[in-house]
Amino acid sequence: MAKIAVFTETQGDNVKSVTLEILGKLAGQTVDVISVGDISEAGLGDLAKYGAGNIHVIKGEGLDQYSPEGYSNALKEFLSSGGYDYVFAGSTSLGKDLFPRLSSMFGAGMASEVTNFVMDGDNFSGTRPLFAGKCLAKVEVTGPKPHFVTVRPNSLGLPESPTAGAGTKNDASSSAGEIRAAIKEIIKGASEKLDLTEANIIVSGGRAMKEEANFKILDEMADVIGATVGASRAAVDSGYAPHAMQVGQTGKTVSPSLYIACGISGAIQHLAGMRTSKVIVAINTDPDAPIFTKADYGIVGDLFQVVPIMTEEFKKLLG
Amino acid sequence: MNIFVCVKQVPDTETKVTPNGDGSYIETSSIKWIMNPYDEFAVEQALLHKAANAGSTVTVVRVGGAKDTEALRTALAMGADEAILVDSADNLDSYMTAKAIKGAIEKSGKTPDLILAGKQAIDDDCLQVPQVLAQMMELPSVSVVVGFEGEGSNLTLKREVEGGAIEVYNVSGPVVVACNKGLNTPRYASLPGIMKAKKKPLTTLSLGDVGVSDEDQRIKYSDFQLPPEKPAGKKFDATDEGAQASVVAEVVGLLRTEAKVI
Amino acid sequence: MINFDYSQEQKEIREMAMKFAKNEMQPVASEFDESGEFPTEIIKKAWELGLVNTCIPEEYGGTGFTTVDSVIISECLSYGCMGMNTGIMANDLALLPIVIGGNDEQKKKFLTPFTEEYKIASFCLTEPGNGSDAAGIKTTIKEDGDHYVVNGQKMWITNAGFADLFVLYGTSDPELKHKGISAIVIDPKTDGIEIGAPEKKMGHKCSDTRAVTFNNVKVPKENMLGNPGDGWKIAMKTLDHSRPLVAASAVGGAQCALDHSVAYAKERNQFKVPISNHQAIQFIISNMSMKVEASRLLVTKSAWQLDQGQSNTKMASYAKAFAADSCMEICTDAVQVFGGYGYSKEYPVEKLMRDAKLIQIYEGTSQIQRLVIAKEIFTRS
Repeated sequence: MAKIAVFTETQGDNVKSVTLEILGKLAGQTVDVISVGDISEAGLGDLAKYGAGNIHVIKGEGLDQYSPEGYSNALKEFLSSGGYDYVFAGSTSLGKDLFPRLSSMFGAGMASEVTNFVMDGDNFSGTRPLFAGKCLAKVEVTGPKPHFVTVRPNSLGLPESPTAGAGTKNDASSSAGEIRAAIKEIIKGASEKLDLTEANIIVSGGRAMKEEANFKILDEMADVIGATVGASRAAVDSGYAPHAMQVGQTGKTVSPSLYIACGISGAIQHLAGMRTSKVIVAINTDPDAPIFTKADYGIVGDLFQVVPIMTEEFKKLLG
Repeated sequence: MNIFVCVKQVPDTETKVTPNGDGSYIETSSIKWIMNPYDEFAVEQALLHKAANAGSTVTVVRVGGAKDTEALRTALAMGADEAILVDSADNLDSYMTAKAIKGAIEKSGKTPDLILAGKQAIDDDCLQVPQVLAQMMELPSVSVVVGFEGEGSNLTLKREVEGGAIEVYNVSGPVVVACNKGLNTPRYASLPGIMKAKKKPLTTLSLGDVGVSDEDQRIKYSDFQLPPEKPAGKKFDATDEGAQASVVAEVVGLLRTEAKVI
Repeated sequence: MINFDYSQEQKEIREMAMKFAKNEMQPVASEFDESGEFPTEIIKKAWELGLVNTCIPEEYGGTGFTTVDSVIISECLSYGCMGMNTGIMANDLALLPIVIGGNDEQKKKFLTPFTEEYKIASFCLTEPGNGSDAAGIKTTIKEDGDHYVVNGQKMWITNAGFADLFVLYGTSDPELKHKGISAIVIDPKTDGIEIGAPEKKMGHKCSDTRAVTFNNVKVPKENMLGNPGDGWKIAMKTLDHSRPLVAASAVGGAQCALDHSVAYAKERNQFKVPISNHQAIQFIISNMSMKVEASRLLVTKSAWQLDQGQSNTKMASYAKAFAADSCMEICTDAVQVFGGYGYSKEYPVEKLMRDAKLIQIYEGTSQIQRLVIAKEIFTRS
């Protein structure tokens, strides 16, 4: 049976959920989890619940803070003695930075941004999007081991009934070695809203907002989900929102991963400005509004009732 | 300073991508090629750094097919001094590509003081080559860079991570920098630049010249296919006040579990 | 030997000019159309990239473009905005007489500064009473001691309010018709020049168009291009160069209208399917596309002939008339494809339709082109 390690990261008191997704997918295999730095009791519990065998917690000089060189040196040292066939990680900011360097230390290959995979006996075979998702392909790793794989978060999903593992914690020591590129400081994410054209999530209001003051319910939702607020031309022309907020042919062309259209009928000039959004949610009282033809999730209802409930739901979810 | 920039030639972002007959790659016969957009930031940063550090040269390196050389010509027209092409397929894996670039840099006879690249190529979207190259050349690297300051080899680099946070790195000495959007505004290749570019040196090497063979392959792709059609949208009725809460909760749940956007 | 391929450099020039048109011009085209403001910053940026004054030869600081290169650039910039391109092209129309009729000293003095810094030029030919009948010029250039004195009024002068240099056509005696015409370079700041208010126009609103009056304007003798009376000859040669350029601008506008129409036809649903599925729309689009390509071929051939040292007078008129008329038809059809939306300012095609009209009028109307063609046919058969 293949010997597998999963590199995990923590976020506050929890381990990142992509680790649990990977563990869930690897059910039936013997899997070690590796962390650089401490994991909370709750985190250890989650790892065990989703199938972690041994949990190796690596500590050592120069490893208090992430650096690509320090982490890869430490992991190289640890992995070299472990005889692993596969090493997985989440395709997070850190994983994307660290794993290529680490894999290269072994002269080994790495499959990036895998969205699904199977272990057929000892062999890994994955699926990943290419060309910005315009194509999918099967990906396999060849050459010296261990083989490295990063998995895109939220793509595997969590198993409903996970198979538990031993979850035995094991402290290990390693060292960062020479670090030439070191973090001097970390600047927290800017709190101000992203511009519409850069926003990952947009909440937009249309003519049905009725007046400028009502946009505050959209602002509230936007604050919860880190969105930027936009408006349709009808809302702008009616004076409910400034032109800078206009999405559409004569406003801004946007392409967020989530676009929530509230009280927007979906005139063609509006659709032209947002149709490349990855996921579109529409809330409108008119079940025949054209916006519903473009929406992935359409909610027929009054935005003044639906939006506050949705905001509360998002709050619960994002806690 | 010897500044190197790694560029890749990729299909134009507006290209319609279709798998080829046997699913081994995509159909490339009628593709319009452009310089990988993230590489434009790297070329621009190289030119800015050259301008600020007298006596510097900018060498662009590309691994890919020799039939179209848009990416290298664009870089030369923007102001790079010379170009090296490693003639190969356009879809080598990251390990082979990094090894080929390393070989090409060594062949140039110049010791790199700074190596710039785009953070990812928009064809295979792997985000690997800069870090793999750095490790192969035993250099530090900083990826997803949105801020670049400093003189010569003393640099302060800003790396963007999740949630818009920024890690600030200090580096002295040669480094590989993988550039992200927002770092700078790439210049246009001026028309005099285009005319001058044809007189600039372009060296072509083979994979053998740079020490890369089939044995260096690490990743095998197959079964290229179009993603499944986007399913028709789902419509929920929330006109009944009693049902609103559960309907909205369901949609929010789907946004996380199905659409995976929250 | 027949080859329809652009050279590698020409492909790159096209790529770059198109990128400039799409990123810098197109996004603000309707804004400038609305305000009528002269796009100084955009033209300056185009100048910095070498997209302006493409006619200046390498030995005077230019990039050394062929006529084919120049028409490629003109087409691309016009794709971005026909109005802005008129401002850019007007520089070439004014500088071409110097390139063609000037001596070495004049070229150094008048052309080189345009390569060293951002400058604007105007070409002063048309008068209130003379458009198509160019030889009927009434503005006089009279010798007076060590200089010339210019008197008269010019009309529809592009860039006049921003110009650093005028090239003016006048006559020593209107009775002499062609034989009396001379071309002369004038500094717009000279005493006696009165520049009118901007004209209010149907299209090309951001290009600056004014009347210019000359009252006893003293011009140094060394500013005369060629000898007195050479003006008509210079003007005719200039047209051989400028008509392909203007025809190319029609191709750019037409291509832009076509691209908008194709994109919209795929987007707009009627009778439950995209209108691109309806044969009625397919026929319109096919006709548009054919005309664009035919225009481009004529333009390219007329430019190529000039680069080969061949006479291109007839081909240049073919190109100008066909491309301008086609552009008008194509832009009108684009509005038809867009339907009600096309007629509204919400979409870009109504502007294209207004802009297209001017290309049938300036630099020789479509009717004058046909006269030229007929003359070429009958005098050579």
